[in-house]
Amino acid sequence: MQQNLRWKLVTILVVLVGFGSVGVYPLVAAWRGWTKPAVLLEKQLKLGLDLKGGVHLVLRVNTDDALRIETETEMERLREELSKRGVTFTNVSAPDPTHFRVEGVPPAQDALFRQVVADQNLTDKFDRTPAVNGTYTFTMKPNVQVSLREEAVVQARETIERRVNELGVTEPSIAQQGQGGDQILVQLPGVTDVERAKGIIGSPGLLELKIVEQGPAASREALVPGGQVPSGMEVVPGVSGPGDPTGTVYYLVRRVPVVTGRDLRNARPTLDENNQPAVSFTLTTDGARRFGKATGENIGRQLAIILDGKVQSAPRIESRITSDGRITGSFTQEEVQNLALILRSGALPARMDYLEELTIGPSLGADSIRSGVIASIVGLLLVILFMLAYYRLSGVNAVVALIFNLVILLGLMAYIGAVMTLPGIAGFVLTMGIGVDSNVLIFERIKEELEAQRGVRAAINAGFSRVFWTLVDTHVAALISCAFLFQFGTGPIRGFATTLFIGLVSNLFTSIFVSKTLFELALARRRQVATLSI
Amino acid sequence: MHILKHTSFDFLRWRWHAIAASWIVIIAGLVTIATKGIPQGVEFAGGTVVIEQFERQVSVQQVRDALDRHYSGGGQNTVVQAYGAPEARQVMIRVPAVGSESGTSLSREAQQVEDALRQGGLPGFQRLRAEIIGPTVGAELKSKGLWATALSLVGILAYLAFRFQFSFGVGAVVATIHDLLITFAFLAFFRYDLTLNVIAAILTMTGYSTNDTIVIFDRIRENLRLMRRESLRDVINASVNQTLSRTIITSGTALLTALALFFFGGEVLHGFAFTMVVGIITGTYSSVFIAAAIVSLWPSSAPARAAAHAPAGLGAAPAPPARRPGAPAAAAPPPASQPQRRSKSPRKARAS
Repeated sequence: MQQNLRWKLVTILVVLVGFGSVGVYPLVAAWRGWTKPAVLLEKQLKLGLDLKGGVHLVLRVNTDDALRIETETEMERLREELSKRGVTFTNVSAPDPTHFRVEGVPPAQDALFRQVVADQNLTDKFDRTPAVNGTYTFTMKPNVQVSLREEAVVQARETIERRVNELGVTEPSIAQQGQGGDQILVQLPGVTDVERAKGIIGSPGLLELKIVEQGPAASREALVPGGQVPSGMEVVPGVSGPGDPTGTVYYLVRRVPVVTGRDLRNARPTLDENNQPAVSFTLTTDGARRFGKATGENIGRQLAIILDGKVQSAPRIESRITSDGRITGSFTQEEVQNLALILRSGALPARMDYLEELTIGPSLGADSIRSGVIASIVGLLLVILFMLAYYRLSGVNAVVALIFNLVILLGLMAYIGAVMTLPGIAGFVLTMGIGVDSNVLIFERIKEELEAQRGVRAAINAGFSRVFWTLVDTHVAALISCAFLFQFGTGPIRGFATTLFIGLVSNLFTSIFVSKTLFELALARRRQVATLSI
Repeated sequence: MHILKHTSFDFLRWRWHAIAASWIVIIAGLVTIATKGIPQGVEFAGGTVVIEQFERQVSVQQVRDALDRHYSGGGQNTVVQAYGAPEARQVMIRVPAVGSESGTSLSREAQQVEDALRQGGLPGFQRLRAEIIGPTVGAELKSKGLWATALSLVGILAYLAFRFQFSFGVGAVVATIHDLLITFAFLAFFRYDLTLNVIAAILTMTGYSTNDTIVIFDRIRENLRLMRRESLRDVINASVNQTLSRTIITSGTALLTALALFFFGGEVLHGFAFTMVVGIITGTYSSVFIAAAIVSLWPSSAPARAAAHAPAGLGAAPAPPARRPGAPAAAAPPPASQPQRRSKSPRKARAS
């Protein structure tokens, strides 16, 4: 029994020191101004926007990009259809994001041209204005423009949210802003590497895999003599190779991508066969089907991996590839990490410009913070005092368990990179106030057992063992709701579920294991125990 | 020390009164929500952001105080932040939108903010910019949060139906829904804004309520095996009485912390603490008067005898205690064979 007790104490001590050094030590160090050891201070609890402020970024979404993509896509569709149906024309072009023009349709084919346009449902989105010499100008309808712009901003916002999430920043503040609604405000607490965060948030992250027709070549002219790019093709610049990061080469590729970033299911950093950092990806079922078909038909050809309009590499297709692939190029380890993150969170629908970047102060004044913290301490002290007054020496047991709970919670929160806000602190204290329930349950049961004329040891054992299943039921029920909140909730709700989960597990450990061991420790020295201070 | 010893209140006698009272509060709450709505914080509603350049150094606290006092619907609704370095003396103020509105009210709201600052006696300032800002929390959070809560209730129902009986699961879930409705009613009565903090408090309170209910259910389940001759009603009453001191202590400590936050926590924690205070009270109340009442009213086959409800040998049911003071169980002799004493190791058995 002594041996057993010793092991329990060792376990408890290890847990206390472990979580304490991650969760509590950095707080003490910050207060006393200690700076060592750095290993422990790295992971410390970060303070939220309300307590400490953070980085304030405002991005403008170039919504014109979204319009241009729409206009160009429709233009390409029309061009293909016209060619297929044998309508001749001299030129097709898109002079600006909201217009495109078809020139030189012969008068004899005018009716057929109109028919093709009607079949394509083009007039749903565009107004058609005929001019002399068989020229037609298509103008995007104003309501379509408005909804496309709005969509682009909403999509951009969602993508940014996912990226901030992937960066591990919790409790950010992200909102649309401005008269035109095309700005996005991003406030991030506790970010140390601002440049990295900016790079990741603002990077377009558009991945396209396209079949290479010709290339690489040193110049554009070498690929397309006379500057006439064949129909359905385009010239894309690329990095020349690992040895020469500054040089640019050009590829002639098919305009329509085989797959894009949208078809990715997952992306993660890895190493290629030369032990160079690379990103491996998994495609969705639909993406894998198209990728398999395209790679199967083009064995021996090169496949250009194009990221934000630049070819990163163009490996030769050796065999049919379906669901898994790898993006290689001259990447550093960090670039690969960032790229995987960006690909996972999806591409931005348009380019972004940073309008503002500055640090902002805490959103709560010093007085508000002080009163919040004081209220939390008062709340905690009230619980402690009550437990001591009501349960006497056994109350000490409960208070030790409570402090343990606090240390474990702080440690785990620091470890997962949680951000502390004032309401978070209040919630913490509340968790403690509710958490003593486990101790109360056990103690009240022990009291009942003592009244039933049991010995002290028997009463304690019976108290713990009978309440054990009550605790299991309450905690499992709570864990179930926790799991649902995490699975189906978003952002802050997930954060809440995580904290709740940690709190439940820690509470179960302290109220059953720690508290029981403390009782055993107190009784271990005494042979005959007649009374229990409870 | 004992708060209560050997009580034998007939709680179920009041169940119909309690249910009626709950309905009145809930209906009044729903009417209030339907007519006046629940005001939403800047996180949900969006609003106006104003950046002011001050001539002299002012603290965020001063600005916040001025808005608290002089901006209608100020207080926790506003977000005030130092904009850039403190030496720049620029302050960013976010206030929630009032009703549905467009750009025309932008300058009006900025004007109101500035009026409030002037009334608060702050030194000279100049508006650098005023912009419309969208919600930081999208509609997605609301719909997904609602779904997540609904599904988690289904999960709890399934777990309790498995561990106890179906009627217990229904009782717990109805009690939790009851608490949610009551809390929303009180939020609407007292015009507290729906903010992320309030949502967090609501989720915490939901967990608290379920926890409290399960503790009482657990005792009912235990007593159902012990008190086979008593009516279900007596068993429930005895169980509630036996756990009464625990119920009072637990809700007491939780309430202590919530009240401390409410009274000392300042404007920022008001909504959060208020929700918790309401939630703890209603959560405790509903465990007895709603959850247990539903179990007692559940139309099962011949519910008059407790034996009909006794679990058919679920291993988890704890062993019956030898004698329970204050309970009618004292009359019922404990079963001769104590099923499954949960002595976890021989060591403990020796200790007894």
